[in-house]
Amino acid sequence: MAKHPVSLKVNGDEYDLLIEPRKTLLAVLRDTIGLTGTKEGCSTGDCGACTVIVDGKAVTSCMVLGVTVSEKEITTIEGLASDGELHPLQQAFIDTGGYQCGFCTPGFIMASKALLDENPERSEEEFRYELGGNICRCTGYTKILEAVLKAAEEVRTSA
Amino acid sequence: MKGFEFFEPTTLAEASQLFAQEHAQLLAGGTDLVIGMKALTETPQSVISLQKIPGLDGITTEGDSISIGAMTKVREVELSSDIQNHHTALAEGASEIGSVQIRNLATIGGNIAHASPAADTVAGLLVADAQVDIASADGERSVAIDELFTGPGQTVLAPGEIITRFRLPSPASGSHYIKHKIREVMDLAFIGVAAAVNLDNGTITDARIGLAAVAPTPIRATEAENLLRGNELTAELLQQAGEAAAAVASPISDLRCSAEHRKEMVDVLTRRTLQEAVARA
Repeated sequence: MAKHPVSLKVNGDEYDLLIEPRKTLLAVLRDTIGLTGTKEGCSTGDCGACTVIVDGKAVTSCMVLGVTVSEKEITTIEGLASDGELHPLQQAFIDTGGYQCGFCTPGFIMASKALLDENPERSEEEFRYELGGNICRCTGYTKILEAVLKAAEEVRTSA
Repeated sequence: MKGFEFFEPTTLAEASQLFAQEHAQLLAGGTDLVIGMKALTETPQSVISLQKIPGLDGITTEGDSISIGAMTKVREVELSSDIQNHHTALAEGASEIGSVQIRNLATIGGNIAHASPAADTVAGLLVADAQVDIASADGERSVAIDELFTGPGQTVLAPGEIITRFRLPSPASGSHYIKHKIREVMDLAFIGVAAAVNLDNGTITDARIGLAAVAPTPIRATEAENLLRGNELTAELLQQAGEAAAAVASPISDLRCSAEHRKEMVDVLTRRTLQEAVARA
């Protein structure tokens, strides 16, 4: 099967690649580009571990074909810190202990970031519902939610 | 996932010609197709993306009628103030699909073309009396949403035909959708029930009831609708409407619940959605 040329813009860097159409965005990020911060959990869109942001929207990258995101702006967990400073969400996850094994953390942070960018004025209930596509098998979610609410507070006051 | 040829046509005519070939599949949001290809339940030889075809995306309002392009993301349908205000049941149905991440990918056209009897946007489209615009290399046609489905995963679409748009005529004054489920998110509907009503001084002038996941296709409960028209919603009428809706349901038993439970719950949920739709009208 013919490979297709794609130009991926990931965390501000451009990658001109030749990829098989059956490669998911997740596979391209991890295996072709080598950005392994994005995790593969269920690979059926159910767990949210592979969440990345495409043109401002959080998506499960395991359901996206790499050939369909050429020229779109992609942000992964590796693209959040800038100038050695962690994003408020990353810092909040550390401060509240919002992770245990850490496997779901990049997905949670990227899903939360898209929500915060869209509108940080969300109630706890709204955050709970809208993060329902991310599964954590360690924490029981209390600390994760604490971290997200803390980061939201910070984003609101610094805006 | 097996390999396939990937096409990104820029016109509907080109897409239709490619899609009319054997072993071809359309790619909209990919949330059904990509998962199906991974599971090898879908093994297309060619995949045709609709992404580069202009005019298939977005919600436009003209007077009382609203048009939703087939490639519009489910998340956009959920958050559209026009849909929330005028076709509340549809916005509520859209908000029930998967997760935010999935709703950012999934399209309303894909949700309908997949023809699952349990699709969450279908009951809302049924009670909105939506018209489905269809294009092919031979031209265009339009079918009513309740004539689109012929069985689970089956529609009247001929090879090469592509859903382009849903047109919603003037809205009912109140509507509501209830999804019967176990999990808050990331669950399939055991049952989906939508109701839409118009009221004149407390009298129901028009009523539409859409049922999902209780028959081989999504269906309207026309008998129940007829009982309601021209009457006030009394406790007795509500009971009759619920029973009439349950009577047209022909559900199956599966691992999620029994046919008997589904039938009983159609009665209960029809009453609940009707009460809420009337309260909103």
